[in-house]
Amino acid sequence: MNWQGWAEIALTLGLAVGIGWPLGVYMSRVWNGERTWLDPVLAPIERLFYAAGGIDPRKGQSWIGYAGALLAFNAVGFFLVYGVLRLQGVLPLNPQGFAGLSPHLAFNTAVSFVTNTNWQSYGGETTMSTLSQMLVLTVQNFVSAATGAAIAAALARGFIANKGQDVGNFWSDVIRTTLWVLLPLCVVVAIVLVALGVPQTLAAGVTAHTLEGGEQKISLFATASQLAVKQLGINGGGIFNVNSAHPFENPTPLTNLITAVSINVLGWAAFFAFGRSVLAKKDVRALVVAAAVLLSAGAGAIYVTETQAPPAQVAAHVDASVNMEGKEVRFGAPSTAAWAAMTTGASNGSVNGMHSSLMPLGGGVTMFLMQLGEILPGGIGSGIAIMVVMALLAVFVAGLMVGRTPEYLGKKIEAREIQFSMLAVLVIPLFMLGFAAIAAILPEALKGLMHGGPHGLSEILYAYVSTTANNGSAFGGLTANAPWWNTTLGLAMMFGRFAPIVAVLAIAGALAAKPKLAPTAGAMPTHGGLFVGLLIGVILILGGLQFFPALALGPIVEHFQALAFVAQR
Amino acid sequence: MTTYDIEAGEGGRRKAASLAGGLSTPILARAAKDAFLKLDPRKLTGNPVIFATWIVALLSTVSAVAAIAAQQSAGFAVQVSLWLWATVLFANLAESVAEGRGKAAADSLRAARVTTKAKLIIDEQAGTIIPTPAHKLVPGELVLVEAGDVVPTDGEIVEGMASVNEAAITGESAPVIRESGGDRSAVTGGTTVVSDWIKVRVTAAPGSTFLDRMIAMVEGADRRKTPNEIALAVLLAGLTLIFLIAVVTLLGLGKFSGVVLDPLVLGALFITLIPTTIGGLLSAVGIAGMDRLLKVNVLATSGRAVEAAGDVDTLLLDKTGTITFGNRMATEVIAAPGVRPDAALRAAVMASLADETPEGRSIVELGRQQGLALEAPEGATAIPFSATTRQSGLDVDGRSWRKGAVDAVYRSLAIDPKRIPAEVMAAVDRIARSGGTPLAVSEDGALVGVIHLKDVVKPGVKARFADLRRMGLRTVMITGDNPVTAAAIASEAGVDDFLAEATPEDKLRLIRAEQSKGRLVAMCGDGANDAPALAQADVGVAMQTGAQAAREAGNMVDLDSDPTKVIEIVEVGKQMLITRGALTTFSIANDVAKYFAIIPAMFVVALPALGGLNIMKLASPQSAILSAVIFNALVIVALIPLALKGVKYRAIGAGKLLSRNLLIYGVGGLVAPFVGIKLIDMVVSALGLA
Repeated sequence: MNWQGWAEIALTLGLAVGIGWPLGVYMSRVWNGERTWLDPVLAPIERLFYAAGGIDPRKGQSWIGYAGALLAFNAVGFFLVYGVLRLQGVLPLNPQGFAGLSPHLAFNTAVSFVTNTNWQSYGGETTMSTLSQMLVLTVQNFVSAATGAAIAAALARGFIANKGQDVGNFWSDVIRTTLWVLLPLCVVVAIVLVALGVPQTLAAGVTAHTLEGGEQKISLFATASQLAVKQLGINGGGIFNVNSAHPFENPTPLTNLITAVSINVLGWAAFFAFGRSVLAKKDVRALVVAAAVLLSAGAGAIYVTETQAPPAQVAAHVDASVNMEGKEVRFGAPSTAAWAAMTTGASNGSVNGMHSSLMPLGGGVTMFLMQLGEILPGGIGSGIAIMVVMALLAVFVAGLMVGRTPEYLGKKIEAREIQFSMLAVLVIPLFMLGFAAIAAILPEALKGLMHGGPHGLSEILYAYVSTTANNGSAFGGLTANAPWWNTTLGLAMMFGRFAPIVAVLAIAGALAAKPKLAPTAGAMPTHGGLFVGLLIGVILILGGLQFFPALALGPIVEHFQALAFVAQR
Repeated sequence: MTTYDIEAGEGGRRKAASLAGGLSTPILARAAKDAFLKLDPRKLTGNPVIFATWIVALLSTVSAVAAIAAQQSAGFAVQVSLWLWATVLFANLAESVAEGRGKAAADSLRAARVTTKAKLIIDEQAGTIIPTPAHKLVPGELVLVEAGDVVPTDGEIVEGMASVNEAAITGESAPVIRESGGDRSAVTGGTTVVSDWIKVRVTAAPGSTFLDRMIAMVEGADRRKTPNEIALAVLLAGLTLIFLIAVVTLLGLGKFSGVVLDPLVLGALFITLIPTTIGGLLSAVGIAGMDRLLKVNVLATSGRAVEAAGDVDTLLLDKTGTITFGNRMATEVIAAPGVRPDAALRAAVMASLADETPEGRSIVELGRQQGLALEAPEGATAIPFSATTRQSGLDVDGRSWRKGAVDAVYRSLAIDPKRIPAEVMAAVDRIARSGGTPLAVSEDGALVGVIHLKDVVKPGVKARFADLRRMGLRTVMITGDNPVTAAAIASEAGVDDFLAEATPEDKLRLIRAEQSKGRLVAMCGDGANDAPALAQADVGVAMQTGAQAAREAGNMVDLDSDPTKVIEIVEVGKQMLITRGALTTFSIANDVAKYFAIIPAMFVVALPALGGLNIMKLASPQSAILSAVIFNALVIVALIPLALKGVKYRAIGAGKLLSRNLLIYGVGGLVAPFVGIKLIDMVVSALGLA
């Protein structure tokens, strides 16, 4: 640990929040249909979509209509991806001549990209044709991100409405977020990345002549463009198997900084956009602070664990003040720590170092950040939405202590909101722990493990935690391309994505129907340090504590065993 | 806090002794018995947390019995089972104790039910009367109630006037006058006519009289969960499910890790994690809230109304009796030009000697304070107030004194309004603008001065309203006065707004306007014309002395008929919500320590490295688990008094209140079980229990 390291972590995290702020204002304008400087270019294109789809963008939908449109849109997306992946062998733009995917891998991958998870049971450069990468996966990278943003927009409308009916128009939200926010930003970032040395080509690759006189095929792909949306859309699925640890995806410390900041920037932007849209900037700032505090604590914790001398190396009298296993030398511990926290705090899942090689507690932190429900800052929109659910729970539990039935942002919190909030948070442990517990005793599942003992348990746990949270990063060592894993991980992604989405939309609908209450001095203050502290406490106790027993059997016991191992020497 | 009149009617204090008594031994004994009766699982299904505890207690008992049958060591299993049953029993006990006071009150009310026969009038002209049992009377029938009779059922007086002792209902033994016509025509079954006679038209169907409703209310017979209670129950059920997932999945995860998990220990972990504390105390808190209202002599028709009281944003307060004493009092006499001040005062007192109204007496009192003690001379003729002259006074030996409305006195003296002395005009104007009432005084046909009658604001109300404002409550004063007078009193009392020259329709309109802005409104009223507003208000407090329509429209009835009570009702509502929140927060915060007690204990045999998590240094795995279970059970008992008494409500502003309660119940909830479990562990290991 040194101050440069801390400064680098602070800079990376801070930049994401700092850039997210103005972007959030812009995003809010896009959601609200306010004027933006891109209107002259994009408005005609937008109208084209509406004309083609026969959509009246001004017609609001009830929460059920909105959820129905969202699910239908994603179902169509799923079948499209599934079809293309199965048939890629006979489809064009397949220079490497890859075959179609197996049914379970195609299912897993289709769910993965539709749900914004980007869990990859395959190695990208050895499995996916250019058509598959560009046509279906990249398209989903955009629209799955826009789907997430849409639920935050709908939730915001629920808070704003006064005895209202509708929560907005799903089609308009998705189209506008894609056109106005994701596309322009991705174009800018992609061009910057190309300038910094990231490849962008339709060629299959180049053939290199090695010093031994052999030949090596090096895949290239349209990496920069896909990298941009992989990060900005909080998708995380790499072109290359090792993701952002690959020199083509992340050649220099500068690209590392840009792509790391890109992981969180739109997540934060959605926080600020939500705050502006519901006219509650102060209250949402408290949510930002709570999330930033937890994320910084996570990054700091990983930085601390990774800069401790690994006990086994100490025991072997190897000089090692930093755990460099699984880290890129060009990045080092601080960059890896910041990235690991940011990618697991958001539902991104890209990596610039291997999480299974983190020290046990460091690996445990990455799991814990995902178990909190991807709210730090989480995916675009989905993060703030679940954060608001946590705020509702915090206000509900503690808000009574001011002597009023709880209200948040001018809406009373009653049985219906709590019911759906609990549904949203219940799905998380159900799929994370439920599938992990079954896999832990199922011989069919255990075949995929590389390790036994606590680290093996962490591999299982991490897989279901990552997929349920729609993160997509993997704890190396697990070979997941097998029917059991592909199927159950696919289900975890599906329920982990759509159950909370439907719950959030139901909350939006319930809130919309309520009268908007005038703020009074008697209501519980939902900004300021006290609320931030309360919220952090509720996130940790309600959102995280139930994972403590499982973590105790995985990373925590591994940590104590490592210590005990050294002590015995 | 200083005591001001506004705080609680004296009747309220008296009533506290009669209706909602303290926790006597018989109440506790009955509660203990009820706690066992409530072990019937059918009675627990409404409470998912305690129901889950019941199931686990049963399962652990089965395992303990099985262990005994197999002649294995069962001491640990037996102890865990016993403490799990104790957890359920303690939760039941909390509810029974809370119900106990209501049941005792209901018993005393039942005693007031009429057992004698009513005098049913079957032919009004002939006056034919048939003795009929009270419970056979149907609405529309006429009954005669004479001195000494108990009013058989609720009704409206159609003829006659009587003084009625309503102690059976209100606890207030001073009789009140009830008469036909107007807002005081309602009589309540169970009260006693002390003098005279009345003819009463029955308005209540058998079984739904005010007394019946009252018994049902205090007994909590049709207690339904309030909206907030339902939401909280959903949260608790959700948490129970989450912890069920966390515990059940340990079977698989543990097997992978080579940990053999005793189902008994898993059950113990589950029970200690689920929010048994608030789950066990939730209904007691609600019942205790109703009970606290009963203590201040207010009957709420539902817990929902009590809850709404805590949420009230706007309080509509009647000026008279709530903000001011209700009687205007003389504060000064201003002499007309050329008249000596003491002569003017003397004239004012002379004009008031025969006036028995509070205003008149206050003028005599003002004179006495200034050393002018006069008695009405022999042979004096009192000139009473009349609507046409609008003045009153005294005539004696050819001399006359009058006082009255300023314009009326001018007219009777035939004074040209243009020639009124400027000083008098100025005084009249000043009095009117300050919210007072000017009275002109004349002596022998000459204007001698002006009396300043003032509506005196009760001491302390201003501070009280400031407290309310800090808690986010707006106070609106309702008065029939003109806007000038109203504004002056409003500013003196420190209310946020006022409604002058208010008609019942205005009140209704104001309530609707406030509600449309998303505010909850509380008001009190007694007249039949208040009924629509009472029904519209979120919290409508009807006065027991008021009209039948008002009593039915409101969702609360104040037995003391004290309009200031609405403030106390709001505080009771807030207190109930605070208590519920505090216990929930405490219960959830407790979980952290329980994890640190049980997780290492569960795993340490197979994975000795996890001993590092045993930060409390508990003696052995078994004693750790047992201590957590014991703590979990005892904390319910320890918190019963708090649940019944309620967390103190302080008017210090929401932010301060939150930080204070978070510190006590949130941080306290984190720390307390670490200390408690450690202490219990020391006892358990010292006694060799585990």
